[in-house]
Amino acid sequence: MSERKTDEVTGVETTGHSWDGIEELNNPLPRWWLWTLYLCIIWAIGYTIAYPAWPMISGATQGVMGWSTRANVAADIATHEDNNAELVSQLVAADVATLPEHPDLNRYAIARGGAVFRANCSQCHGSGAAGAKGYPNLLDDDWLWGGDIDAIMTTVRHGIRNTQDDDARYSEMPAFGEILEPAEIDAVVEHVVSLSHSDFDAALAAQGAVVFADNCASCHGDAGLGMREMGAPNLADAIWLYGGDRETLHKTVEFSRFGVMPPWGPRLKEADIRAVSVYVHSLGGGE
Amino acid sequence: MTSQPDQPLYAARVPIFPRRVNGFFRRFKWWIMAITLGIYYLTPWLRWDRGASLPDQAVLIDLANRRFYFLWIEIWPHEFYFVAGLLIMAGLGLFLFTSALGRVWCGYTCPQTVWTDLFLLVERWIEGDRNARLRLHKASWSLHKWRLRLTKWVVWLVISVATGGAWVFYFTDAPTLLRDLLSFDAHPVAYTTIAILTATTFIFGGFLREQVCIYMCPWPRIQAAMMDPDTITVAYRDWRGEPRGKGNAKTRKAAEAQEAVVAAQAAGAGAARYAGTPYPGKGTQPATPPALDTVSDKGDCIDCMACVNVCPMGIDIRNGQQMECITCALCIDACDDVMARIGKPRGLIDYLALSDEPAERAGAAPKPLWRHILRPRTILYTAMWLLVGVGLLYALFIRSDIELTVSPVRNPTFVVLSDGNVRNIYDVRLRNKAGEARTFRLSLTSDDLLQIGLEGRETLSVTVPADSTVLQRVYVTARADDPAAQEDTTALRLWVEDVSAQIRASKATTFNGRGTK
Ligand code: SF4
Ligand code: SF4
Repeated sequence: MSERKTDEVTGVETTGHSWDGIEELNNPLPRWWLWTLYLCIIWAIGYTIAYPAWPMISGATQGVMGWSTRANVAADIATHEDNNAELVSQLVAADVATLPEHPDLNRYAIARGGAVFRANCSQCHGSGAAGAKGYPNLLDDDWLWGGDIDAIMTTVRHGIRNTQDDDARYSEMPAFGEILEPAEIDAVVEHVVSLSHSDFDAALAAQGAVVFADNCASCHGDAGLGMREMGAPNLADAIWLYGGDRETLHKTVEFSRFGVMPPWGPRLKEADIRAVSVYVHSLGGGE
Repeated sequence: MTSQPDQPLYAARVPIFPRRVNGFFRRFKWWIMAITLGIYYLTPWLRWDRGASLPDQAVLIDLANRRFYFLWIEIWPHEFYFVAGLLIMAGLGLFLFTSALGRVWCGYTCPQTVWTDLFLLVERWIEGDRNARLRLHKASWSLHKWRLRLTKWVVWLVISVATGGAWVFYFTDAPTLLRDLLSFDAHPVAYTTIAILTATTFIFGGFLREQVCIYMCPWPRIQAAMMDPDTITVAYRDWRGEPRGKGNAKTRKAAEAQEAVVAAQAAGAGAARYAGTPYPGKGTQPATPPALDTVSDKGDCIDCMACVNVCPMGIDIRNGQQMECITCALCIDACDDVMARIGKPRGLIDYLALSDEPAERAGAAPKPLWRHILRPRTILYTAMWLLVGVGLLYALFIRSDIELTVSPVRNPTFVVLSDGNVRNIYDVRLRNKAGEARTFRLSLTSDDLLQIGLEGRETLSVTVPADSTVLQRVYVTARADDPAAQEDTTALRLWVEDVSAQIRASKATTFNGRGTK
């Protein structure tokens, strides 16, 4: 309880609190100000009645205006979908390979595809589409199954080596650990290294070349240039999905690799599949 | 908690009925009002020919297209630092003026002051001067009172609508908008804006008035940090005026008689009201120390209350410096008028620096005006203000007609291609500020070997439509055995060139290699 004091100069009672010797006058508030405050309080109460506000045990009060952010977002989305309906139907009808000839539609497809990509594909391929070990980099010019827009679209629609889609791209490399001796694997790895590196053991590689011709060339080609029909990677270029060092290659040959991608056909709309294919194609590696 | 039982929770506003005043500062304020209101209402109607595809309004804030046009200057969103710079200059200018001349902004150019002044003018014109208004205020609601009040409100409303209306013209082509507004075709946002600004003008200028300055505006509280004893402000020379009133009976009577004449004039015809006898203009130079009234040994103030009656803030400046005072100088005019009539030198209330008080009290000459104004603080503010201003001017003149921004894509920082080449991606935004489409050629300079390519294009040329931007993905590739592919980073410069107009622009950026070297 503070002591009541009166300010000598003004004759007004002070609040009794002193800050560095300065005391506050306990002047009344302007009437309009006070009424504004009361009005604001009434407004606030009315507002919390009208709109969802008070947290309850299971959910909040709903308000009496029937207003909800979720419904608003749904309405906004519907509006945008309405606005884009024309573009979407064009996209679904278009021949995607010729899309760059229609700049507006192309721009729309890339923008939409970017959104689809970030929501569905970035988990494996990275937000920038640079991939990771075992997940292909979509920015470079190396394609296991083909990099023109139709090939990309097929991959997106049906996926890779999955069991859900009968049309999924499928191939399987045997685990050569059960077929070849470890020394033979070492030799064939040295041969593979020789295809793209300048630094290798020529004698060992020559042995490996024989093993390669017998076991690997049927899929990877005599020169190791790969075969797109089977998704067999080019072994002579600078790009390795799992790594190009001898140790990794040894593991790859011994146990084989089996990357899987789900089919997106059943999950995405037709326009989304087309859009995301156009987007991926536009990232710099499209053929 | 026991507080004084008779202390009310709230206090009603004490209505203020400022009396008409004549004088140098009042006339000066009329001029300022005419000029500021003129600028506000007329600016959107100035035309400026920018060519066919651009708007021909001299000052236009084109929010839809995100452009700001000011005479020959066109500001794009990425150049918003110009606006930020102007705001900083406005802030520094306010600091400068406040530290030198106190609340000149409040007293002369603040919209709240200007519109309140205008509304008061209307009020005086319709309801008469102070005494008449006081009487009307106390009178019961008669037909006469209703008629005056309604007339006043209607005129206020017209001014308010014009105020809100003028604002929206800054945001779109004024003649078109006026036509649309009149035919009820304009966008609802325009009508809403006008309605809100009309309401605020009407309420702030007509009813809230000084309360906006006292309770709503933060400025009176901030200004204290910018003023010091050398600041020129409105003050009462109490050493000259006190003890007031008593003992000056003769002179006081004379002044009161004059007051009555003024009041009678005020009650007369409206048009002649402001044609009072003018007297020579006065600067803000402090008057020479007054010769004290040796006959009565009383001060010069005759307690006629003229200074209080004219004050739009309803305060008595003789009580010393007060937060409410907006330094509008009307009390100076009022008191000078009285001083002239009782044959005393002017300047009992005056623009003066409080630091001069001891000198003046002792009868010595005050410091000259320039020594009050030229202080380290004001010089510093001026220097800062000039610095920002020169910087902005410099930025304005080095602007080019073409521009580019380069944002290197950093996710991932580089891509290795199947032949071992290393590629970087850049998002290049090309801006064409000209009134016609232009074709830009992109090129590259770097000490190390690099090649450039454009996404989705065969050539290195991009055509940008008039007055717009294009975002172009650019690939820069280093061959596997080039130094750039092996180094960590390599400096390079991207050039944009308009071959036909012979202008070019460039941006420096870096190239990320494999970092194997
Ligand atoms: S005291 Fe009143 S009239 Fe005098 S300058 Fe201050 S606000 Fe204006
Ligand atoms: S107008 Fe001048 S003389 Fe009259 S009361 Fe005010 S200070 Fe005193």
